[in-house]
Amino acid sequence: MNFTQALLEAIESLNGNKMRSGLTVLGIVIGVAAVIAMLAVGNGAQASITGSISSIGTNLLFVFRGSADGPPGGPGSGGSGNNDRPLTLSDAEAIADPLAAPSVDLVAPAIQGNGTITFSGENTTTTISGVTPGYAPVRNLELAEGEFINEEHILGRMSVVVLGPETAIAIFGHSDGIVGETIRIEGQPFRIIGVLVAKGGGAFGSEDNSAYIPFTTAQARLIKRSSLDEIDVLFVQATTAESVPQAADEISNILRQRHRTPIGDDDFTVFTQQDFLQTFETITGVLTIFLGGIAGISLLVGGIGIMNIMLVSVTERTREIGLRKALGARKKDILLQFLTESSLLSLIGGIIGVMFGWLIAFTVGQVATATGNNFVPIVGTDAILLSTSFSAVIGLFFGIYPASRAANLEPVEALRYE
Amino acid sequence: MDLVIEARNLTKTYKMGEFDVQALRGVSFTIERGEVVSIMGPSGSGKSTMMNTLGCLDRPTSGEYILDGESVGEMNDDQLASVRNRKVGFVFQSFNLLSRLTALGNVELPLRYAGLTEGRRERAQAALEAVGLKDRMTHRPYELSGGQQQRVAVARSLVNNPAIIMADEPTGNLDSKVGKEIMNLLLNLNKDRGTTLIIVTHDPLIAEQTQRVIRLRDGELDPASELTRKG
Repeated sequence: MNFTQALLEAIESLNGNKMRSGLTVLGIVIGVAAVIAMLAVGNGAQASITGSISSIGTNLLFVFRGSADGPPGGPGSGGSGNNDRPLTLSDAEAIADPLAAPSVDLVAPAIQGNGTITFSGENTTTTISGVTPGYAPVRNLELAEGEFINEEHILGRMSVVVLGPETAIAIFGHSDGIVGETIRIEGQPFRIIGVLVAKGGGAFGSEDNSAYIPFTTAQARLIKRSSLDEIDVLFVQATTAESVPQAADEISNILRQRHRTPIGDDDFTVFTQQDFLQTFETITGVLTIFLGGIAGISLLVGGIGIMNIMLVSVTERTREIGLRKALGARKKDILLQFLTESSLLSLIGGIIGVMFGWLIAFTVGQVATATGNNFVPIVGTDAILLSTSFSAVIGLFFGIYPASRAANLEPVEALRYE
Repeated sequence: MDLVIEARNLTKTYKMGEFDVQALRGVSFTIERGEVVSIMGPSGSGKSTMMNTLGCLDRPTSGEYILDGESVGEMNDDQLASVRNRKVGFVFQSFNLLSRLTALGNVELPLRYAGLTEGRRERAQAALEAVGLKDRMTHRPYELSGGQQQRVAVARSLVNNPAIIMADEPTGNLDSKVGKEIMNLLLNLNKDRGTTLIIVTHDPLIAEQTQRVIRLRDGELDPASELTRKG
């Protein structure tokens, strides 16, 4: 008996009991499809998050008040209650000094708070950021219409605002042709001077859903801080993506000197975009493994289904096995026959499962696109190879016991079996 | 004298729980090539054990069994399988055909296990023609009558040109008319091809048609057995 014959016989035999073979295969199909779909969704989520973080700009650094290990003092907290010294405008100026920090290109301090925007009865709550002209290039903000905040607005503490597209739509129902309108933020009138281009989600929530006003205006009229030059967050652009770690070191050194803190006891945190990427990749990686693991369990259950059916099949065909032995089948012939059947079951299940899982991933992507989320599940070759080879191994593994039971039947006993 | 079967002092002991059951208690006889011999005995006489031993489905506990020049007693399972494949053809009372396979597929089965890759189909066709089933080759067992199914089984037993054909109550599941046809077929095959034929039966009418009868009783040869070829 060579392998081709064993394969033909296995097909004949599985074909002879279509219903049972189909249901057994279904167990593997579901398992493999689940693995493929879950991994695709996980990978897609990872790519989507990575992409949106990258859109922030690869040479961007964030500086917050408070130590990452110590009491939290993240962006916008700004409050008292710990001994950390707040970041100030003078800190920003010191970092902007090209002699002290040659790797730093641009510095954009900001204070942030939530505020309610109203316009003829419509209102929405959003993040209000007080920013300087440097903010737009640092954060890669582009204007769809109008202009961004300039030095004149800063010096004059003018009541002007640049809106994110989502904020504009929330109030006006559209985002074009609204430059020049006057809206009220926390009851105070502001003139719209620009609208941003939509960018999608970012690390601090959606930048599309925000409003930018001059730093000085925010300080004086909207977002009160204990000292006049206190800032919540400092956005720093390094000269190149490669100089980001160096820029982080330079910023840390400057701030340690100015705040008079020893190394290891910082009252500020420098966070790079790579840190974000790493954090999110860890999270989504764990998520993907978790999802894949759960799907893997269903594959295991499918394998047990194969073992179950093969055991039934061996018992049912005891006489057939006895006859084959009487006609000259050796142990390995019988072993090969039943192993081929179980492997074939799981292989067919694996192939159908890959297609089915791909279909599920595709549908999830379509639904996500239809509902406006930019999310594409990724069916990787590694996932396909992993799940098909795993299912074939499961077919072999769970086939070994039934097959060896068949192979070791005594011909005399087997022939007598009713 | 060309001996195809030489049995010397065969014994077989089964363990049934705590008891040993002696199914064969020292049986010796010979069968010459080309003979037609029947083995008879009441149930419990060791008849089935005898057939299993002669057909190499089981090993004797002690004694020597030489089949067509090969000593079977010391062989391992795979060697026994090979001997069964090459030297023994089985015909069973209940036909034992695989229902998934056509008549041709069933007859081909021993050739597959012989490792034959070419000429299987032709040899299986020739065997089916020899038993008069030329126009039923692609039928499956459930499309054939009992007599036709047994003919397929006979074709399967002779397709490998075995030294002996072991028939275990070959007419037991057939009515007397069809049973007679099958007996005639077996006897004719013996006449035409010289294949040694051993029929295990408890039907005296069948035993009458064979050249001699070996009788078993309580695991021993009955004194009424004819131990050598007549004439």
